[in-house]
Amino acid sequence: MRSRKMPTMKRPIIAMSVLALVLGAGACSGGDDGGGTAAKPTNCTNKIVHPEAKAVSVWAWYPNMAKVVDNFNNAHTDVQVCWTNAGQGAPQYAKFQTAISAKKGAPDVIMLEADQLVGFEIQDALVDLAPYGANDVKAKFSAGAWKDVSQGDAVYAIPVDGGPMAMIYRTDVFTKYGIKTPPKTWAEYAEAAAKVKAAGGPNFGDFGSNVPAVATALMIQKGANPFTYDLANKQNITIKLDDQATKDVLNYWGDLATRKLIGTEDQFTTDYIAGVVNGKYATYVSAAWAPGYLTGAGVGSGKEKGKFAVAPLPQWDAGAPVSVNWGGSTFAVTSQASDKKAAAEVAKGLYADEASLTDGWKTQTIFPLNQDVLKSEAFVNNKVEFFNGQTANKDIYIPAANAYQGATYSPFTVYYYAQLQAQIVKLNSGKITGDQAATELQDIMVKYAKSQGFTVQ
Amino acid sequence: MAVIRSTPPAALRDSTGVPRATAPPRRRSPARRGAVGWLFILPFLVVFAVFLVAPLLYAGYLSLYTKGLATGTTFAGIDNYTRAFTDPSFLKGLWLVLRFSLVVIPLQMIVALVAALVLDEVTGRLARFSRLMIFLPYAVPAVLGALMWGFLYSPSFGPLEQISSLFNVQAPFLLSQGNIFYGLLNVVTWQWSGYYMVIIYAALKSIDSSIYEAARIDGASSRQIALRIKVPMVSSAFVLILVFSLIGTLQFFAEPQILGPIANGSVTPDYTPNIYAFNLAFAYAQFNYASAISFALGFVVFLAVAIFMVATRKRGSIFT
Repeated sequence: MRSRKMPTMKRPIIAMSVLALVLGAGACSGGDDGGGTAAKPTNCTNKIVHPEAKAVSVWAWYPNMAKVVDNFNNAHTDVQVCWTNAGQGAPQYAKFQTAISAKKGAPDVIMLEADQLVGFEIQDALVDLAPYGANDVKAKFSAGAWKDVSQGDAVYAIPVDGGPMAMIYRTDVFTKYGIKTPPKTWAEYAEAAAKVKAAGGPNFGDFGSNVPAVATALMIQKGANPFTYDLANKQNITIKLDDQATKDVLNYWGDLATRKLIGTEDQFTTDYIAGVVNGKYATYVSAAWAPGYLTGAGVGSGKEKGKFAVAPLPQWDAGAPVSVNWGGSTFAVTSQASDKKAAAEVAKGLYADEASLTDGWKTQTIFPLNQDVLKSEAFVNNKVEFFNGQTANKDIYIPAANAYQGATYSPFTVYYYAQLQAQIVKLNSGKITGDQAATELQDIMVKYAKSQGFTVQ
Repeated sequence: MAVIRSTPPAALRDSTGVPRATAPPRRRSPARRGAVGWLFILPFLVVFAVFLVAPLLYAGYLSLYTKGLATGTTFAGIDNYTRAFTDPSFLKGLWLVLRFSLVVIPLQMIVALVAALVLDEVTGRLARFSRLMIFLPYAVPAVLGALMWGFLYSPSFGPLEQISSLFNVQAPFLLSQGNIFYGLLNVVTWQWSGYYMVIIYAALKSIDSSIYEAARIDGASSRQIALRIKVPMVSSAFVLILVFSLIGTLQFFAEPQILGPIANGSVTPDYTPNIYAFNLAFAYAQFNYASAISFALGFVVFLAVAIFMVATRKRGSIFT
C-alpha cells in the first residue's frame, strides 16, 4: 500500500497554520488592550433636545436612566447629556479601565459606586470637582455621604444614592414556622434559621459568593476595618483582614452554610430570583434599593403580593446597633472629558432634580442621599407597596442611613472582592474555616499591595 | 480544509510513474511569478500583520514592563515571566487545562470517529440528517452554546431538574465546585465533536472504494474494514484534529467565562490561564503582567504542540 505521506508542498502550509494558531494564543488577550469603546457624543441612547448645546457623554446603568436623562436635557439649554448604558457594575468598570489604559474612549461623566472611586482616583482618571463648584451641592448631603466621595478638600464625585442595609423577610414563611418577631441579633437569626430548617422549612437566607460587598459590610458591622488609606499619602496602606471581627463574621456565615440553614447561591441570577419568588429564602439581607430590583425582576407580584416585610439589620450587640451600607452610586467626571466644566455641571445636575429623584425612590430603585428628599414628607411617610404598606423609609431605612458612618475603601476594590469571593466559595463548601479564610485573605491582599508598590503597614 | 486531503493531486503523484504534464510553451520568469504570488497573498498578509503580528509585538513590548498602582511604569525585563511561572494562579489554571485536554481530546476523538465510521457505512436520508445534526452544535457560536447550557443546567428551570423532580430527587448541579469539570467537559464535547467528525468523514470519503472491494474479496468483515483499513487511512486527519483541539483546549475561555456568573463561584478569576489573563488586564488593570501571562501561555501551547509533534513523528509528520 502507498504510504500515507502528505504531499511535500503541503507541509509548510500546515506548519504555518499551526504556528499562526499557536501565536494566536498569545494575541488573544495581550493584543486587545489598544482598543476601547469610544464614547462619542454622537451615538446616544437618548434624544438630544437642544442639538446646538454642548453634548456631554455619560455612562450609567440606573434602571430609570432614560427618564432621568430626558429630565436633565429638557431643563438645560446650555448642555445636553448623551447617555450610554455600558453595563452594570463590573462590565462597565472593565470598559472604563481599558479606556484609561488606552488613554482614550472614556465618557465625560461616569456612574461609579462609592467603593470604586479610590481605585480610579489613584490612576488620575477622575477630576477633582472642587474647582468646578462641587461644594455648591455639599449641603444637600450628609457628612458621611460626602466623606465617601472626597479625599481631604478634593471632591471626586457627586453622590446620588446609597444602600442602607436591612433584613427583608417573608411574612408567610415567618408565620408558618412560628417566628413571631423578626430576629434582632445575629444569634437570634441563627436560632430562627435552625428552627425553620428543623420544621422542614426553606433556607433562612443566602450567603452568595458574588456579593463580597455584603460580606465586607457585615464584617464592618462587627467592627472590622479592612483598609485604612489616604490618597494624600498614596504609597501607604493598612490592611487588617485577619482581625477577630472578620474571623467571627466569616465563621458565623460559614457555620450557617455548612449546616445548610442558608443557601449559598449567587445572587442576581435567574435561579436566585426564582428562589426568592418561590419562597426558597425566608430572609434577604440587603440594601434599600433591593425592593426596586426585585420588583423589576417580577418578585412581589401576583400571589406573592404583600408577602414581604422589612426589619432592621440584625445586630451583634442589640444595645449598640451599627448600620452598614451596600452599594450606592455617584457621578464622576473623567480626566478624559474634553469640557470639564460642562461635564461637572452634568455630574452635579444629573439625577439631582426632584422629578428624577421622586421617580427613583417611588420605584425603590434608588435610596436617595439628597437631604431634600430624605426629609420630605412624602418620602418619610411613604407606605411601601412591596412591603404591604409598611412605612419602611421612616421605620427602617432612614434611621439606618443616618447612622451610617462611612467607610474607607482600598484602591484595588475589584481585586479584593475577587479574592474575598474565592474565600467565600471555599468557606461555604466547608473546605476552610472563617479563621483560615481571613488569614489567607490577609496574606493575599498584603502580597498584592506590595506587588503594586504600596508600603503595607 | 485542503490540507487533510489524503490523496494528492495527480500532478504530484510521482510514484505512479505517470510523467508530469509538459510545461507551457511560454514560461514567465520565476521572479515575475513570485511577484504575482505575493500579490495574491497581500490581502491576507495585511490583515495578518495588522491584527496578529502588530498586537503580538505590542503585547511583547508591554510584557517587558511592570506597572504598579502606586509606582508607575518601570522596565522589568523578564521579571514578569519568572513571576508567571511561579504564580500559583497561572500554574493552577495551566494544570486545569492540561487535565481537561487529557480527558476531552480523546473523548471528542472517539465520539467523532465512531460517528464518522457509522455515517460512512450507512446511506440515505437518515444518514444525511444525522450528519447535519451531529455537525450542528459546531455551527452554534460557543457563547450561545454556553448560554443554552446555562439554561439546561439551571437548578430551577432546567430539564434535568424537571425530570428528577418527577422522581422526587434533587438533580445534581453540574456547575457546582465538584461537578463543573464534567459540566464543561460535556459542553465542549458537544460543541466540537461534530466538527472533528466532518474532518474524519471527509477523509473517509476520499478513500478509493476499490480498496474496500479488495478487502471484502480477501474475506474482511465490515468491522475489520473499519478498524484495519479505514482508521489507519485517516490517521493523518487525527494528527490535525489533535493539534487543533490541543491548541483550542489550552486556550479554554468562552465556556467557563459565560457559565461563570451562574456557577456560584466555581469559576474563579484564575480558572484557566486565558481567563486569568483577561481578568488581569480588564479587571485589575495589569496589562503588562497580562501580556506576560498570555505569552507564557503561548509558549506552553507551543511546547505542548511541539512535544506532541515529536512524539507522533513518522514519515508523514508535519514538522520533518
